[in-house]
Amino acid sequence: MCLMRFMLLFSRQGKLRLQKWYTATAERDKKKMVRELMQIVLARKPKMCSFLEWRDLKIVYKRYASLYFCCAIEEQDNELITLEVIHRFVELLDKYFGSVCELDIIFNFEKAYFILDEFLMGGEIQDTSKKSVLKAIEQADLLQEVSVAIGFTHHLHLGGMSLPVSLAVMWLSFKCLAESVRRIKI
Amino acid sequence: MPAPIRLRELIRTIRTARTQAEEREMIQKECAAIRSSFREEDNTYRCRNVAKLLYMHMLGYPAHFGQLECLKLIASQKFTDKRIGYLGAMLLLDERQDVHLLMTNCIKNDLNHSTQYVQGLALCTLGCMGSSEMCRDLAGEVEKLLKTSNSYLRKKAALCAVHVIRKVPELMEMFLPATKNLLSEKNHGVLHTSVVLLTEMCERSPDMLAHFRKLVPQLVRILKNLIMSGYSPEHDVSGISDPFLQVRILRLLRILGKSDDDSSEAMNDILAQVATNTETSKNVGNAILYETVLTIMDIKSESGLRVLAINILGRFLLNNDKNIRYVALTSLLKTVQTDHNAVQRHRSTIVDCLKDLDVSIKRRAMELSFALVNGNNIRGMMKELLYFLDSCDPEFKADCASGVFLAAEKYAPSKRWHIDTIMRVLTTAGSYVRDDSVPNLIQLITNSVEMHAYTVQRLYKALLDDISQQPLVQVASWCIGEYGDLLVSGQCEEEEPIQVTEDEVLDVLEGLLVSNLSAAVTRGYSLTAIMKLSTRFSGVNRIKKVVSIYGSSIDVELQQRAVEYNALFKKYDHMRPALLERMPIMEKSASNGPTEIVQTNGETEPSVVDSKHPPPVSQPANQANDLLDLLGGNDVVPVIQTTVPTKPASAGGELLDLLGDLSLTIPPMTAYNKNGLKIDFTFERANPNPNVAVITIHASNSTEADMTDFVFQAAVPKTFQLQLLSPSSNVVPALNQGTVTQVIRVLNPQKQQLRMRIKLTYTLKGSPVQDLAEVNNFPPQSWQ
Repeated sequence: MCLMRFMLLFSRQGKLRLQKWYTATAERDKKKMVRELMQIVLARKPKMCSFLEWRDLKIVYKRYASLYFCCAIEEQDNELITLEVIHRFVELLDKYFGSVCELDIIFNFEKAYFILDEFLMGGEIQDTSKKSVLKAIEQADLLQEVSVAIGFTHHLHLGGMSLPVSLAVMWLSFKCLAESVRRIKI
Repeated sequence: MPAPIRLRELIRTIRTARTQAEEREMIQKECAAIRSSFREEDNTYRCRNVAKLLYMHMLGYPAHFGQLECLKLIASQKFTDKRIGYLGAMLLLDERQDVHLLMTNCIKNDLNHSTQYVQGLALCTLGCMGSSEMCRDLAGEVEKLLKTSNSYLRKKAALCAVHVIRKVPELMEMFLPATKNLLSEKNHGVLHTSVVLLTEMCERSPDMLAHFRKLVPQLVRILKNLIMSGYSPEHDVSGISDPFLQVRILRLLRILGKSDDDSSEAMNDILAQVATNTETSKNVGNAILYETVLTIMDIKSESGLRVLAINILGRFLLNNDKNIRYVALTSLLKTVQTDHNAVQRHRSTIVDCLKDLDVSIKRRAMELSFALVNGNNIRGMMKELLYFLDSCDPEFKADCASGVFLAAEKYAPSKRWHIDTIMRVLTTAGSYVRDDSVPNLIQLITNSVEMHAYTVQRLYKALLDDISQQPLVQVASWCIGEYGDLLVSGQCEEEEPIQVTEDEVLDVLEGLLVSNLSAAVTRGYSLTAIMKLSTRFSGVNRIKKVVSIYGSSIDVELQQRAVEYNALFKKYDHMRPALLERMPIMEKSASNGPTEIVQTNGETEPSVVDSKHPPPVSQPANQANDLLDLLGGNDVVPVIQTTVPTKPASAGGELLDLLGDLSLTIPPMTAYNKNGLKIDFTFERANPNPNVAVITIHASNSTEADMTDFVFQAAVPKTFQLQLLSPSSNVVPALNQGTVTQVIRVLNPQKQQLRMRIKLTYTLKGSPVQDLAEVNNFPPQSWQ
């Protein structure tokens, strides 16, 4: 059975930036595993290979700038393709944020999760096309804005205006918001 | 109430904290604000607050009070709310939480939502962390979505179905109809997830596996198209078209082709094609090759293809990329059993990997090297492996040492080489050797009779250098105790004998006793060794002194031993030589307990048996060291002198028999009485087999001189079977001062009258004596 058990993103200083668990694990155990793994991976020297055995799992990790991307896969899984999966995720983040850096992921962690959840489900790839995944995120972001805009327009006092005008105002506010997809403020 | 601060504002603020305490304070303040906001049931800002909570959760702070809020967000109609709500659910609401199930209804509604992105959220959440109950409730919805024409939803439904099947395997059947035309999809997302779904089903159910075998041609076709098709920008990775899909298809083919000739044949060509045409300059190509190799090795491929696969692995071993080398070693390890010869061809490359810098690669290379050792390459391989043992990290040393011992035992070209190898391991990695190696090594040394002098000399020299490595010290002390006489007499043939005096040897052993480096067990070894030397060395006074000093040692074990040895000197001095005699050849037994020592008739080696002392000493020595009875275990319990019936003088034979019943119902008899040599037979029935009669012979000597080199032999008619166990000694003391005992076991299945012909040989006053006799006067009870 192939299964990615979890994926972690953490910095060189041992700060966790993202954690996705694909099996039900107690909070306490998660913390322990994260701590342990971070220690092991951060101690690895640059010349060492990207794979290591840990407990009954295989750990595949790769460092991109200041972030470590770390996946736990099962014994019979293909480590080399897992490296490609990690790389694909990084590419998606890069395309979305435009030259992604750690700060992007810190300040927009929820978006990083959204992208990950559009790319993988239950540890498996949903779509092998980069374009397709990014398009879906874009559409979902737009939908998010629409719902905010609708909420926003409720606050606008459109009472005194005629219908076409109020519709035009709504449409305009739509458009403005649509242009700032990434800067949606929660 | 002012609007709660924005998420990014909070993140910025928290990051300005300079200490952990400061951060905690900020978090607590914000949590309090969030809590009151939740209490006020504020719909507008719930989303924002939960998002902030999730951030704080990632920093490691508790966030459970937000669980219900996630549920409310999921139930909201706003997409923003749902997005954050489902994220929160995935982070905070796994199936271990009580409120997990409350999501079910919301998810059900959202699975039927008009917007596909909402449906997507629901599918994702269900597919990542749905509990079994939830999966059971919602499987129907998932199955419906699996049949939709919307590829966005179809691909997600497929993976969701995978999760459902993992959680509730019984539901697998219901997804079967929907899989009908999954593979005719053009959309790669759907194709990929469908292959995953099919793989999951085939792995779980042999029936499904059989059912889906018919898909092999279609899978082959899809794979072929991927390879042959031109550049497709949407799915291209470094010149390879959709490697993820290729790998998944290869994996599914592996499962379908395993143990099935037809399927394996159908995929032969495509596997060869992938193996030869895939670009290997980047990791992605090698990932596909790797998967191909795994598939080739697992299915019933023709030999040409297998050789191709192993050669690919061989090329991997030479790749600059250490990841590829690692993967190659792992795969070779898996195939070394089945394709041993093919892997052997790459042996030198594998051995080179022992010198790699990476720990994982070194470990793999070590395991593989051991798997490749055979009678032909043992010398060369061992050289490399010993060199590796010298220089490797401590975490490897124990495994490497064990591996070396095992390989040496199986393939040692000569005894001398074997002993040398052991010595090398003990001196270089002596403290990492496993505990059970010590008795195994001692057994090995004992059984290499002609090497005793050489071994003890080398061990002695090693001790002079270094007494810190306990296993080495233990083996060395034991050997010096056993073969100390050979050491001082300078008898070594294999190498230049060293000049050692008895005092020097005792210095070394006593040094071990007092050294801080010696473990308690080691001290025990050396004390016993010193004691044994009392029968091998000429000067006993020094030994007597040492032994008496330790009679008041704080260490209880040492004290006990010393007291017993003292007793040996004082009250049982006549038994001391026999007790401390040379150990015989030990047969290796599977158990860790006292071995059953069986000797063939005619051996001049004295017998060894149990670890029980003569009756006056209440406790047996060395309970801690069952296999190695350091006392030598030559327990001669002369029957004539003791009146304890539970300890018959059966030297040799099973331990348990000694404590067993001596049924005195069969009267003893005299079998032979001539020229001063008298042989008595005593009987017992062996439990549990009543057809076996156990006879113990007692030989006594009434002449003035000892009978030395005494050997008792017996023969019985064809219908019987005879087993002669080892005698207690081969010297029958003069003037009835002692007896030699030996056990005979006679199997008499036909219950015929017992008859025996015996042959006696001994030396009396320098001249050999031999005699034959018939024994016919067995009491009827002994054979009825």
